[in-house]
Amino acid sequence: MSRVHVTCTINGDPAEFLCDGGQTLLDALRDEAGLTGAKEGCGTGDCGACSVVMDGRLLCSCLVLAPEAEGATISTVEGMAAGDDLHPLQQCFLEGAALQCGVCTPGFLVAAKALLDRNPDPTETEVRYGLAGNLCRCTGYDKIVRSVLAAAQTVNES
Amino acid sequence: MTVTESKPRYKYVGTRPVRHDGLEKVTGRARFAADLNLSGQLHGIVVRSPHAHARIVSIDTSKAEAMDGVKAVITGDDFPAVDPSNRNYDMCVNIMARHKVFYEGHAVAAVAASTRDQARAAAAAIEVAYEVLPAAMTIDEALAPGAPVLHDHMMTKGADPPATEPSNVSDITRFAAGDLDAGFAEADLVIEREYTTKPVHQGYIEPHACVADTGQDGHTTIWCSSQGHFNVRSSSAAMLGWENTRIRVIPAEIGGGFGGKTTIYLEPLAVALSAKAGRPVKMVMTRDEVFRATGPAPGTKLKVKLGARRDGTLVAGDAYLIYSGGAYAGSGGLLGAMTVFESYNIANFGVESLNVVVNTARSAAYRAPAAPLTAFAIETMLDEIATELGIDALDLRLANAVAEGDPSTMGFPFARIGFTECLEAVRDHPHYSAPLGPNQGRGLAAGYWFNIGESSSATVNLNEDGTATVVTGSPDIGGSRASMALMAAEELGIDPLDIRPVVGDTEAVGFTDVTEGSRATFATGMAVVEACRTMVAELRGRAAKMMGTDIDDIDWVDGQAVYTGSDGDKAPLSVAAICAKAKRTGGPLTATGSLEAHGAGPGFAVHLCDVEVDPETGVVRVVRYTASQDAGTAIHPSYVEGQIQGGVAQGVGWALNEEYIYDSDGVMENPGFLDYRVPVASDLPMIDAVIVEVPNPAHPYGVRGVGETGIVPPIPAVANAINDATGCRLRNLPMSPVRVLEAITANGGSDG
Repeated sequence: MSRVHVTCTINGDPAEFLCDGGQTLLDALRDEAGLTGAKEGCGTGDCGACSVVMDGRLLCSCLVLAPEAEGATISTVEGMAAGDDLHPLQQCFLEGAALQCGVCTPGFLVAAKALLDRNPDPTETEVRYGLAGNLCRCTGYDKIVRSVLAAAQTVNES
Repeated sequence: MTVTESKPRYKYVGTRPVRHDGLEKVTGRARFAADLNLSGQLHGIVVRSPHAHARIVSIDTSKAEAMDGVKAVITGDDFPAVDPSNRNYDMCVNIMARHKVFYEGHAVAAVAASTRDQARAAAAAIEVAYEVLPAAMTIDEALAPGAPVLHDHMMTKGADPPATEPSNVSDITRFAAGDLDAGFAEADLVIEREYTTKPVHQGYIEPHACVADTGQDGHTTIWCSSQGHFNVRSSSAAMLGWENTRIRVIPAEIGGGFGGKTTIYLEPLAVALSAKAGRPVKMVMTRDEVFRATGPAPGTKLKVKLGARRDGTLVAGDAYLIYSGGAYAGSGGLLGAMTVFESYNIANFGVESLNVVVNTARSAAYRAPAAPLTAFAIETMLDEIATELGIDALDLRLANAVAEGDPSTMGFPFARIGFTECLEAVRDHPHYSAPLGPNQGRGLAAGYWFNIGESSSATVNLNEDGTATVVTGSPDIGGSRASMALMAAEELGIDPLDIRPVVGDTEAVGFTDVTEGSRATFATGMAVVEACRTMVAELRGRAAKMMGTDIDDIDWVDGQAVYTGSDGDKAPLSVAAICAKAKRTGGPLTATGSLEAHGAGPGFAVHLCDVEVDPETGVVRVVRYTASQDAGTAIHPSYVEGQIQGGVAQGVGWALNEEYIYDSDGVMENPGFLDYRVPVASDLPMIDAVIVEVPNPAHPYGVRGVGETGIVPPIPAVANAINDATGCRLRNLPMSPVRVLEAITANGGSDG
């Protein structure tokens, strides 16, 4: 079976890769584009560890076929920091100890950024429901929620 | 909030620096096992049994071997034969079945091919003929007369009289003290209760993964995610029949373990495939495989009887505990027996516990193994006793709580422990007296875990610029590297951010046991401190040479060598100054510490939980949670809080939602996070972690393990809160909406 050529934009840069027709976007990002920040925790869209933003929509990249990325604009955790400057969410996660094992962290950061992009000043409840598609088994979510609220404040004050 | 006993003032210990591995983890650069790819790598896929119990009649791999891209196929025949008398027997035949399969998901073959799709297609083409056998899926089925016996060699250990026929009971543990009959005769109140719980999964977000690269010289390198890479080495060597020196294991970042990654599943398969193919082989489990084939915690049946005097003094306890270990002998029974009566002074007790095998995946450790379930029984029964006797539930626990010098179940006296302090911390917390809303209830529960020591090694290397590298053998599953750096910083007087804590591979650091039993910061921390103290002695000697004086005239003060002799003033020398002259004073500055750690201080916790119960649906929401826990000394308080909060969340999931569900053929029906529902952010409130610090006298900084105790109280805390809200006693897990609703509407206040 011949492979599919996909041209897209990943984290602001033009990108192209070859993929199988049945390959997921997650596998293409990890195996073809070399971006292993997004993780596979379940492969069924239940854990959010593979969260990316495609054309402005937060989604589980394990549920998207790679050829669907043709012409799309994709953001992953690798694109959150601007050079040496961490995104306020990344900085707040570090300072707030919002990660333990860290395997869910890329998905949480991408999902939290998507949340703050559409709701810059969320309540605690809005953060909890906004991140309900991301599983963390280590932290009990307390420090994640606090760090997202702290990041929102940082962004709004700057 | 931290409750602190008087303790030494530290400069770095107890501070909250950004963790050293944090930046890589928030930028997506951290390398977990599945993130690694080697040149020429193949992909390995496991063929798994569709049956819960069956004899393997034949395996035909010929079609698969002829398929495109297939480079190696293995079955049980590719590994040395192993006998039930071998202590690694269960592990070996669990990793790859020989002759029989014992659960749906049991590995029977594996294949490596150039692509994952090719490997999957080849796995599907392997033809396995089974003779399906009747299965025993539950404790009741396994113990019933005429039950299918899983293992012909399983003669119950500890049976009295000795077993003469094989059965599904692997072992019986008995502990006793005092006079049970006299104790119950002395009691004014005796209650007896029965509980059942289902297997639950640790639920780490990262599935098991490894890459193995075996060279033509017969040596292999394994990159993997595990809680102990030295154990991966020795276990793989045992399965392969190799010497340890032929295997190097390099730890990747680990994406959660909670006990489930203290054992191995994939690594020897990847090595065998790699050896056969002459290429590196990568294996990554799917979530479905993780659920079907890896470590659930045991399901249980518990029967406990407690006797108390009218004043609340506990005088007698009798427990009969059954733990299902899955397909092979488990350890839940022993650990249940060790924990059931441990938290309270009960002069007369008897415990009998059984480990039973059933046709489900082999159980693995899960955070304070067995203890959350014994706590479920004891802590809910204490609430019933308190109500019956008209005594405050917290006062009842204070009156019976073990303290320094009291005997443990095993007979030895407790050293200094902080149970009473944890109870007092909760009593003094504003949550304790806060008003409750409609349909809300409050539950209190305590928990205990003994923690362990074991072997640890550490190497401290000072660099030319005065910074330091600390290498240990403990995989970091929750921030332990930061704690190692903080203790080294305190010893050496170097800023923690100038110390690089590293988890070394099996050829880079001395032997270190698995990260389990909440031992990393305790035991490996002790090895780091020992290495640092050896280093400080060396630094004093080097400074003496530089000053032209004797080592006895040099003290180590605040990270500097200070001259205390009488020969005038000499400027103190910093670590950096000594490092700069190392070549002239004796060469590189390196020191090691390795030890068998003793005195892991028991960890106690007391939790307070508010729930709101919807009387129409039976849905239980946790609306407020406060958790106190004795950490001894919190080295990095943020990560101590994180351990407590994470344990609470897992415990709440165990209490309310989580369970393995099988169909009538023994096939798991909920092997995904959609149907096996772990708590999400919107299920939980903030979790107020109250760190109590009663230093452990056996550790140089007073550390107690903190990783596990936090999962022990939540199940009874939630159950007691549900009872407070509804008047219903639930004694079967999970306390799902349907069970709660039944209890409220139909069963007159209990679930069966």
